[in-house]
Order: sequence, then structure tokens, then C-alpha cells
Amino acid sequence: MATVLFDGVAYGMLLFLIAVGLSVTLGLMNFVNLAHGSFAMVGGYAASLAMSRWGIGFLPALAAAFLAAALTGALLEVLLYRRLYRASPLDQVLLSIGIVFVSIATCTWLFGPTMQPFQLPPWLEGRLSIAGLEVVRYRLFLIVSGMVVLAALLLGLGRMRYGAMVRAAVDNRRVAAGTGIHVPRLFLLTFSLGCGLAGLGGALSLGVLGLDPYFALRYLVVVLMVVCVGGAGTVIGPFIAALGIGMVDVAGKYYLPQAGAFLIYAAAIAVLLLRPDGIVRRKGLR
Amino acid sequence: MKMIQKAAIASLAAFAFAAHAADAPLRIGLIATYSGPYADYGRQFDAGVALYLKEHGGKIAGRPVEIVRKDTAGPAPDVARRLAQELVVRDKVQILTGLDFSPNAYAVAPVATQAKIPTLVMNAASSAITSGSPYIARLSFTVQQVTDPMARWMARNGVKEAYTVVADYASGADAETAFGKAFAAEGGKVVGAVRTPMNNPDFSAYVQRIKDAKPQAVFFFFPSGVMPPAFLKVWKARGMDETGIRLYATGEATDDSYLEATGDVALGLVTSHHYSYAHPSPKNRKFVSDFVAEFGTGLRPSYFAVTAYDAMAAIDLALAKTRGDAAGDKVMAALKGLRFESPRGPVEIDPLTRDIVQTVYIRRTERVKGELVNVEFDRFEKVADPAKDGTVAR
Repeated sequence: MATVLFDGVAYGMLLFLIAVGLSVTLGLMNFVNLAHGSFAMVGGYAASLAMSRWGIGFLPALAAAFLAAALTGALLEVLLYRRLYRASPLDQVLLSIGIVFVSIATCTWLFGPTMQPFQLPPWLEGRLSIAGLEVVRYRLFLIVSGMVVLAALLLGLGRMRYGAMVRAAVDNRRVAAGTGIHVPRLFLLTFSLGCGLAGLGGALSLGVLGLDPYFALRYLVVVLMVVCVGGAGTVIGPFIAALGIGMVDVAGKYYLPQAGAFLIYAAAIAVLLLRPDGIVRRKGLR
Repeated sequence: MKMIQKAAIASLAAFAFAAHAADAPLRIGLIATYSGPYADYGRQFDAGVALYLKEHGGKIAGRPVEIVRKDTAGPAPDVARRLAQELVVRDKVQILTGLDFSPNAYAVAPVATQAKIPTLVMNAASSAITSGSPYIARLSFTVQQVTDPMARWMARNGVKEAYTVVADYASGADAETAFGKAFAAEGGKVVGAVRTPMNNPDFSAYVQRIKDAKPQAVFFFFPSGVMPPAFLKVWKARGMDETGIRLYATGEATDDSYLEATGDVALGLVTSHHYSYAHPSPKNRKFVSDFVAEFGTGLRPSYFAVTAYDAMAAIDLALAKTRGDAAGDKVMAALKGLRFESPRGPVEIDPLTRDIVQTVYIRRTERVKGELVNVEFDRFEKVADPAKDGTVAR
């Protein structure tokens, strides 16, 4: 029972780490960015290559993944995304799904269609005994990483001046610009942050999921689910939703393996029927 | 003007006819996956075909060969069928081949029957495909053919109780049934069975369930790709090796294309399959060294490449028998009962089922000279598809 709960929480944390960046771009900036998985993939490839080709350690590789995805995000923001901030959601969907396919083809071309090798560092391998409970070290590491990212985002977006500026700029761009906020720069920074977080999530997923060019699309559904069920634009919403989905998924597959795979979708539908805006509603929007 | 044109066309036609008699190219349609998540399949097919043609001066039965490639981008029966029709009607191919996914092969069967085009399956492993058309022969394997020997080997080597884990799709269900049947026939007992969704990111729940059920052994079947490594990672991280629960699978789990990327979590896994890149026969050593010379070390020949290579060999041998005549019925008659030495070992096409009969090897994943490979250490010879009644006695 405790092991199942722990595994559920760890899987939920992984979902949170991959999805929270989307909550920033989709929720805060109102951009329907289906290419979120592509940025996670960029992070995954960056970490995997940094480790296997240049022998960099796991923690620096995570930083490299964040930077690589953030830089890719910044580049694409300037070139493409910027033009569609005020376009209809359908246009944004078209652009971003196009980017997904281009990214899949690019990664296939650069790295081949097969999986990337990945070896966990020795200090993250094996198990650890905590109060009689045997836990897998890497899963514990995922939970700790998730908590760190959660705390950093809550502080950064909720308490600091930067967060207030982003929220102001999204709610009313003209007034925000009138008060002296450099809105394009702010959006560039925020978009890069969202992409960087995706990259970090992608790199952290290497220890659990496999990485191939199809990664960009394979986990899109569950990532969108986390953000929509949780409430786009908040940090705590996706956090709760990811943990819930992770626990329902693992427990469902453990106790009811015949039906386990469908339980998360049933749960997601139930939550959205009760709370169409997600578990936590963002204040001040619309 | 019109007269000149007519004359030109007539002479051209005459020339074309004469050319046909001498060495008109043999046109082969190859339907495979070249894009999307399974693009490796098409890449492996192409490599196998190219290698065979290169070794034989680009000719099959003395005729130059033209390969017309078509991409289905994955399992897409409607697309495969349309492409097969295009290949037959527009590209005028004389032989169809490729076919990595079973649904695609099933969809192509009616086209093969109608057009009387010999169709050589290079991978699709669902048992009934060869029953779909009298013009289909298979050079790859069937799910049952590689699963059955694993179950028997386990039962004969001290495993009395097993738990099965399969991916929830047609081939997974086939493997589950074939395993249960063969294992029971040898006196074993399946104590638990679970099917996992195809798109399953995290296997912790399933592995934990097995850990708590404490079976003597586990047999799993997943399509090659991302699923086996994800399962093996969880298996290793959870310390399942220390629990004494033994793990077995079919060779998809240690597909040579993905084995290096899967990494050390695959070490020690015992699998059953018809081809290992490390198969120690002179024919395979030559195949592998030629392959490396042609494509470098970046691409390791997998069972896809070897069946593609063998499909070309089978066409070559069949056309040698028909003296270059590519008529459907003649080629099929020549294919029936065809025997030859493949890099994987001796193979034969069962005259009754048109399905392959071959050796199935039991292998263990080991690190040899720094490379992860499947080392064969036991074998079942002349294995026919157990799901059909062929002429070759079991």
C-alpha cells in the first residue's frame, strides 16, 4: 500500500515536472502551445547527449537541458510564437502542432529514429530504506526535484515582482506597457522559462521513460490533462492534478490491472465536469 | 507529323518489347514504415535489401532490379492497401514485399490475390497472414513461433509456475495464448496474467504487483521499441533480481536495434528469437561484416535487416527456378518448399502454409567486447508456426 502510494506520488511528480512549464505558457500567457512536448524532448536530448558524448555528470546535464530548451524556446518565440500572441487559439494550435512534427523530423534526422542511451549515475541507482519502506532512489529524487521546482515557482511567480509583472501584462497588455513594463521582453523571458521547465522535465524523465523522436507527441495527452485538470495558469493546480493522476494511475494499475489504464481518463472527466476551469481557478483572468 | 509520331511510338514499343525479353528490370514494391516512431523498420529493410543487391551486382536472376518504396508511416491498413494497389496498377511491380505491421499485411492480402502478385512478408508476425492469400509467403516469424519455444524451454529448465505480462494488442494476446498453451503442455502452470496498455509510461504498478505475487518466473512480450527498456528499468531499480524471480521474454525485448540504448538493465535477460546479430555462423559473420562495411557501425543489423536480406535471396532463388519468369503462380510454386541458408541459420518455406520454418534460439544478453549482444546458448530446430498445421512435423 505504502509502496503503491509512493510510486504514485513519484510518477505524479514526473508528470508535474514535465507539465508545469505548459501551465506557464498556456495559462499565464494564454498561448495554446501543443509543442510543449517538443521542448521537453530538446531537454531530454541535451541531457542524454551531454552525458553520453561529453561525459558530463547528471546534475550539470539537467542544467544543460534547462538551458538548451530555454534557448530553443527563446529562438522560436522571437521567430514564430511572438507573431501569434493575439491570434485565435486555432492558429496557435496549427503553428504549435506544426512545430511538433518539424521537431520529430529534425530529431529523427539528427539522432536517428531509435532510442537514446541513458545511464543513471550510481548514486541514483538502487533502493533506499526509509522507516521500513523500500523506495527506489531515483523516484525519491524525482519527488525532491518536484518539490524544489514547486517552491521556486510559487516564490518566483507569486511573491516576486517578476510574477506580478507577468500577471499584469497578460491581464491587460496595454495598461501594463503604459506603466513602463517592457512587455515583449517579459513575454520572451516567460516563454523561455516555460520551455526551460519543459526541458528539465524531459531530462528528468530519462530515468523512467524512453527518449526517441516521438517523445514530443507520445506524452502530450497526459501533459495536457495535467494542466487542464489542474487549472492552467496556476502552479499549485497542475501540482495537485499531477499527483492525483499519478496516484490514480499507479493504484488503478496495481489493484485493477484490467481497467487500470482507463481510470485516469474517467477521473479527469469527472473533475472537469465538476470544475470546468480545473481544480484551482486562476484569479483575475477574463 | 502525326505519322512520324506514330512511327516513333511504334519503334519505341518494339524496342521496349525487345528489352523486356533481354533484361527488363524486375520491379519490386516495398511497403514499409519510413517516417514516424517506427522509421527504424524501413531503414533496416532498406539496408538488408541494399546489401543483398550489392553482393549480387544489383541483379536478381540476371535481371536488374528496381525497388519502389512506399511509406505507411506505421500501422495503417487502409494506407497499405492503397499503396499496394498503386504499386500494382501504376508502378507495375511484379513482386510485393516489406510489410512490417500485421494489420498492413492483412490489408494487402486481397490485392495480392486479385493481382496474383507474389507477396513476401518481411516482418508482420501475426499467424494468420499467410492464410489471407495464396500469394503470400513469409520470411520473418510468427509471434507463436518464438513464444512457444520459450515456454517449453522454461518448463524443461525447472520453471513450474510463471506469470505473463504482455502489451494489450493483437500480438500481445497471441503471445499470451501461445505461452499458456505450450507451458501447460510441458506441465507448467500460469499463475497470473496481466495486459498493459500500449502507451504506458510507468511500469512500477505492474512490477510491484509481480513482486507481491512472488511467482517463480515472469515471461513478458512487448513490441520492440520504448516499452521493453521502460519495463526493464523498473524491474532492475526495484531489485527484482534479488527476489529470485526469473525473467524471460521474446527477442523483441532485446532487439539489436535498441539493445545498446536499452543498456545494462537488459544484462542477463533470457529471450527466444530467430535472429541475433551475434549468431556465430560463418554466413552471419560475413553478413555482419559486409553490413558494417556498407553502413558503418552506427546501424546494427536487426532481425528486420536479416529478413529483408532473406526476402531478396528467396526471390532470387525462386526466379532462378522459374528461369526469370515472374508470373504469380510460378513464383509461388517455386517458393513453396524453398530451402536455403540464411545468416540466422537454415530456413525453409513450408509448402503447405507458405510460412517460414526455422531454428529458434534461446539467448542471454551479455556484454561481449564492450557491446551488448544476445548470446545464443540453446536452440529449437525446425520450428514451424505452432498455430497452423503445416507439413513440417513438430
